[in-house]
Amino acid sequence: MQSVTDQPPVCIVGASHAGVACAFALRHEGYAGPILLLDQDPHLPYQRPPLSKVLLAEPRAIGDFALKPREAYDKENIELRLGVRVAAIESRYRYLRLADGSRQPYHKLVLATGARPLFPPVPGLGQVPGVFPLRTAADIEGIREAVLKQKKCRAVIIGGGYIGLETAASLHKLGVAVTLLEKESRLLSRVTSPRMSDYFCELHQRHGVAIHTGRQVTAVAQKGNSTLVCTNDGSTCEADLILVGAGIVVNTELAATAGLTLDNGIRVDATARTSDGHIYAIGDCTSHFNPHYGRYIRLESVQNAVDQAKVAAAALCDKQPTYNALPWFWSDQYDVKLQMTGLSQGYDDTVVRTEGPDSFSVWYLKEGELLAVDAVNCPKAYVVGTRLIRERIPVDASKLGNALIPLKPEALRSDF
Amino acid sequence: MAKITFITRENETITTEAAAGTIMELGVRQGVRGIDGDCGGVCSCATCHVHVAPEYMAIVGPPGDIESDMLELNDNVTEYSRLGCQVQITEDLDGLVLHVAR
Ligand SMILES: Cc1cc2nc3c(=O)[nH]c(=O)nc-3n(C[C@H](O)[C@H](O)[C@H](O)COP(=O)(O)OP(=O)(O)OC[C@H]3O[C@@H](n4cnc5c(N)ncnc54)[C@H](O)[C@@H]3O)c2cc1C
Ligand code: FES
Repeated sequence: MQSVTDQPPVCIVGASHAGVACAFALRHEGYAGPILLLDQDPHLPYQRPPLSKVLLAEPRAIGDFALKPREAYDKENIELRLGVRVAAIESRYRYLRLADGSRQPYHKLVLATGARPLFPPVPGLGQVPGVFPLRTAADIEGIREAVLKQKKCRAVIIGGGYIGLETAASLHKLGVAVTLLEKESRLLSRVTSPRMSDYFCELHQRHGVAIHTGRQVTAVAQKGNSTLVCTNDGSTCEADLILVGAGIVVNTELAATAGLTLDNGIRVDATARTSDGHIYAIGDCTSHFNPHYGRYIRLESVQNAVDQAKVAAAALCDKQPTYNALPWFWSDQYDVKLQMTGLSQGYDDTVVRTEGPDSFSVWYLKEGELLAVDAVNCPKAYVVGTRLIRERIPVDASKLGNALIPLKPEALRSDF
Repeated sequence: MAKITFITRENETITTEAAAGTIMELGVRQGVRGIDGDCGGVCSCATCHVHVAPEYMAIVGPPGDIESDMLELNDNVTEYSRLGCQVQITEDLDGLVLHVAR
């Protein structure tokens, strides 16, 4: 019989938050066979959240934000193959076809292929210079270089989601004149309530960032050394740099080569297994069932990447885990720390609790049940909210908004 | 330089030296199991939770406000709990012993 150490490796495609966490979790679970981590990105795997935050705003090196030091991979006997793109999966024969045409057999396969930036179909966007997405170390290095070589740099950011807003704050810190264009009528429209949108709009305007909502980019064209950005209201602005933060496209093409079931991402079960029993999928690329909210969801967060990675590792070690984590997320802009817990989609009521001018929380309810909390400079609300949601403690909505009532689960529960 | 010892949940002892940075960064760099630092040190994930050996608690000091709140999310919080990302390494910490929390 073949022993586990002479088997082909567990191959993990994508060495970012999910893939790296899965490789190490496999060792923690006691997996003794070979592990091979592959990624097309040549950098030692790094954290993405700092890309739009400190890495852009401060002269720090990407190496300071490595997910793990190189030695950690050696110590745990995890083979890291970087700068290699996986082109296809031959699931019948259980091997990967790499971009150079070579074959890599696998014992089990984990897809942690994440997502890539969405480029809106704007005429000229693909032709003009100085256009950057916001996803990889190379993107950020390119942006910093472009900013530093220009005296009075003007940047236009397309998209008012978290990444776009964080980038606006970071570039502002670098002295860049920033204009942010959002096609919806408010910022963060896909992910949060109008109250939060208003707060962040005001916050950026207070710092001098020009925010234009309801403005869609219709075309871009080169004009001398800069770029002319035209919007649907008939106005134009000039930019030295265009940053695209318009959302993502899930990387499902590789999964499609294996014929895996796809539905708004790679469909996985509670153990992170795909429709092929030898293939698992984790992180941003998955569509998975969330038992707390009772529906299939796809998340773009470090929490999901790491927690699902651990579930897949346990399942690969023949345990029977169930992915049942409460989603959480954070964002840093200027001196504001935003923490979010739970999923607010589907809420029918919100309550705002105000601690001070720049410290408040928004509580999302549906039929009286607490779904989510967004906490601005208020970690206590985040923590208490997490407790109440996770344990499904019934809350008294009339107490939630009263800042005189202490932020404690006992004090906020309903008496019925 | 401060000599710092981590004791993992599996009872592995890792002794290392550092002059700067945080306990979380040091733990991740040394591959200490259970020090994950998922949020990159912004006090949002509590995956850097350590128990400070009691005799060192006075030198390390108590958690700050945000940190205390975050620690509340953890079931294994004790009076010796700190989030590693919130503890800056200085010479004063020389000899420090930390247990990775469950
Ligand atoms: C600028 C920015 C800021 C963010 N801030 C936050 C934050 O504050 N908080 C938070 O929770 N989340 C944040 N996120 C989201 C978070 O980074 C993602 O949710 C997380 O990176 C998902 O991890 P993942 O491993 O699933 O996918 P990814 O990080 O997308 O990694 C997928 C990897 O797979 C590789 N890959 C894909 N296909 C192939 C192939 N065929 N062959 C080889 N390699 C392949 C890619 O090169 C990539 O490295 C941020 C993201 C960005 C971009
Ligand atoms: S690293 Fe996330 S709280 Fe310390």
